[in-house]
Amino acid sequence: MRLLWLSALTCNGNAHSLLNYPNLRNWQKDFEWLYHPLLPSRYTFKEIEEGIEGCEVLIVEGTFSEELVKYRQPFKALVERYGAQARHIVTVGTCAAFGGIFAQGEEGRSGLFFRGEEPTETFEALRSKSINLPGCPIQPEVLVGTLALLKAGETLPLDRLRRPKYYYAYTVHNGCTRNEYFEYKIDEHRFGSLEGCMFYEHGCQGTFTHGSCNKILWNGLNSKTRNGQPCMGCTEPDFPRMGLWTTQKHMGIPARLPVGVPRRAYLSLAGIAKAFRIERFYKPLMEEE
Amino acid sequence: MKKKQPGEKKERRRLEIITGALKLFARKGFYATTIPDIARSIGMSVGNLYNYFSSKELLAQAIIRHISAQLGAKIRVVNESDLSSREKIEKIVTIYFETAQKEPEMIDFFLRIYLSNREVFREGCEGMICVNEFVTEIMIFFDDGVARGELRNQDFFSAFGLFMGYLGGMVFLAGEAILPKPLEAYVDEISTNIYRALKAE
Repeated sequence: MRLLWLSALTCNGNAHSLLNYPNLRNWQKDFEWLYHPLLPSRYTFKEIEEGIEGCEVLIVEGTFSEELVKYRQPFKALVERYGAQARHIVTVGTCAAFGGIFAQGEEGRSGLFFRGEEPTETFEALRSKSINLPGCPIQPEVLVGTLALLKAGETLPLDRLRRPKYYYAYTVHNGCTRNEYFEYKIDEHRFGSLEGCMFYEHGCQGTFTHGSCNKILWNGLNSKTRNGQPCMGCTEPDFPRMGLWTTQKHMGIPARLPVGVPRRAYLSLAGIAKAFRIERFYKPLMEEE
Repeated sequence: MKKKQPGEKKERRRLEIITGALKLFARKGFYATTIPDIARSIGMSVGNLYNYFSSKELLAQAIIRHISAQLGAKIRVVNESDLSSREKIEKIVTIYFETAQKEPEMIDFFLRIYLSNREVFREGCEGMICVNEFVTEIMIFFDDGVARGELRNQDFFSAFGLFMGYLGGMVFLAGEAILPKPLEAYVDEISTNIYRALKAE
């Protein structure tokens, strides 16, 4: 399967993230890079600008801007040309999916098909081919897995933001090792420590962020929340929010609740859960009898 | 005529016990009132009453849950209305004072038995479990007010204590016949005070 990678306004974090895929060498045997900014490719970027044929999957990284000229050609023209050729258009990273960090504070910047949650019209004709793979950066397994499924001719079920449900139907809370603390509403957390829930004080967005970070561990080892840092919600259309390290609250009540949970029911349940003061959760478990 | 379901009858009897017990507790005090007293007051056998509540402690816990649910349901209506936070405060104060006047034994139980005899509620009513429905509605009131920019974002208990402590104190003064005016005469001023203390700057 022939892949063409275009970079818009980007830190290249997603291109680098792909290099962390442990089986990259084997995986690559099934794919051919017409162009990738870091990996050996059949064409130079100059040749891509001049025009080539045969792109099957167009992969776009970075925030889109109508004014962007990468080398000589407007970026928009490149997307139109290769988007029309390709069977699938895959955006990698939250910048390409929704606008992300590089869209902050600038007019006229967005993801390829969305500005935040709002669909944009620029590439409307290509929308039906699009698959969004947000993340800051993307998890390499999500990209290689999606491409492998596309190569196998699978139809990927997508959510309303065109994210594959296989990877984004879950929340980051799913698989979090701190769930006992979440259940009893205990945020006895210190950064870097392995215990305590970070939802109540430390800004953790895992309960309302769609992603597989705690199901598919980074480098096969770890995730932010397992390691002691709150989930920053990097796969969501409103990333980045302000104040990532503190939980925004209204008189002590988290302003944002786990996805799908009604506020009244949550508060009722939280009131009951908090009533059980379970001593073992208030000091490091290794010191517990 | 609709035939009463057995569960319905049981629920009605349960409510009779709660109401009867509330009246006796208010008149004679919690410790001086016995289960046989309560049974006699509602014309029920002691044995049958024990089928509903196996101890006076469990009955007391059911009563506080009942009061919390009643008040909670009334405040929920206010929360679900389109009123401003200022207007909601007035409604909540009115509900609280009306309950204190029409069903004085309810607030009386809360102030004189629930708050004063914690040993009765230690097991089964940990934390705020037994007043959960009421507290949840107050939380939702605060939460909405802050989200709409009408109330100042502050510590929950600072606000909760100010609101509920104030109302409880006034009802206590009314109960002791110290207040020169009837409770409802204070609604406006008290609502203003609470609003001033809670409003966004």
